[in-house]
Amino acid sequence: MYEKENEKSIGKNSREEFRLIEVKEDILADNKSEAQNLRNRLKQAGTYLLNLMSSPGSGKTSLILQLVENLRGDLKTGVIEADIDSSVDTERLTGAGIKALQLRTGGLCHIDAVMAARGLEALEAELLDLAIIENIGNLVCPAEFDTGAFKNAVILSVTEGDDKPRKYPLVFSICDLVLINKIDLLDYTDFELPRFKENLFKVNPGVECFEVSARTGQGIQEWSSWIKKEVWDFQQGKAQ
Amino acid sequence: MHELPVVKNLVEIVLQHAEMNRAERVVSITLEIGELSDLEDEWMQKYFNFVSRGTVAEEAELVIHRCPVVVQCSECNRRFEVSLEELPPDKCPACSNCEKFNVVKGKEFYIREMKVI
Repeated sequence: MYEKENEKSIGKNSREEFRLIEVKEDILADNKSEAQNLRNRLKQAGTYLLNLMSSPGSGKTSLILQLVENLRGDLKTGVIEADIDSSVDTERLTGAGIKALQLRTGGLCHIDAVMAARGLEALEAELLDLAIIENIGNLVCPAEFDTGAFKNAVILSVTEGDDKPRKYPLVFSICDLVLINKIDLLDYTDFELPRFKENLFKVNPGVECFEVSARTGQGIQEWSSWIKKEVWDFQQGKAQ
Repeated sequence: MHELPVVKNLVEIVLQHAEMNRAERVVSITLEIGELSDLEDEWMQKYFNFVSRGTVAEEAELVIHRCPVVVQCSECNRRFEVSLEELPPDKCPACSNCEKFNVVKGKEFYIREMKVI
């Protein structure tokens, strides 16, 4: 196949002639189409996928423990734990009787759609109502790769500071939900909620926010209700 | 931080186009990458050199164009460019009373063209 119309001669030196080829391809197109395929399969199965992103130590695993406990009896939930190495998070979850699977990325800083699909298959996600990906602790790379999730949530703990949306605009601009964790420590920090929301809404107007504490349980009920509504609406959409 | 998987995809696409166009050698590749991306030019080139070794794209130069971030005012829908330092902007230049913006551009990862022999 010789694409003549896409090519023109752009210069000559003594022996060689350069040609310019128009490529116009998205480097991440493969991942985007994998993600879309995964979403289609999950839709068929009625499994809602949520992608959780945050910095290390923001309390992802503790919040998931609280959430799944709260959803017990209402939603069949499973968790994919992604870590560069170790399985301490999965041990915490399975120790609490939660269906969880460890994905070791071996140095890779994010989860892509192919890895998510593999993990979900091993977790037998088609039998679940809700699958949660606990992405690698990192506010940079996970934001650039679509995992196939229906919604993306970011957890930010108040000890990290209220200027994070200014420093990591990409992750805060692509998320559908922000959980402000460790809210019980608010008085011990310089974190100002109005300033955080101002920074956040500038890159993502009207994004849903919950103030939570994995330690005291504050806000977990509200977050659980939000998830239940999301999953039920999604499953009804499937039935229609 | 995640240059390697991105570069692997890049090399794959470049080799497909090189074959399609019967190129003997790829001299340079022009990329368009959004300002919001944290990819480092220097590391992109280093990984590229490694991944493309032994192919027609070996030693090709990556020419990286950064695409500016464009936000849209949620009040008047005016779109305007902002630098990373100005993000998020204080006010919309058109209606000036709005403080909420949607990021509409700045996340690109495109291969625009390549120069081959």
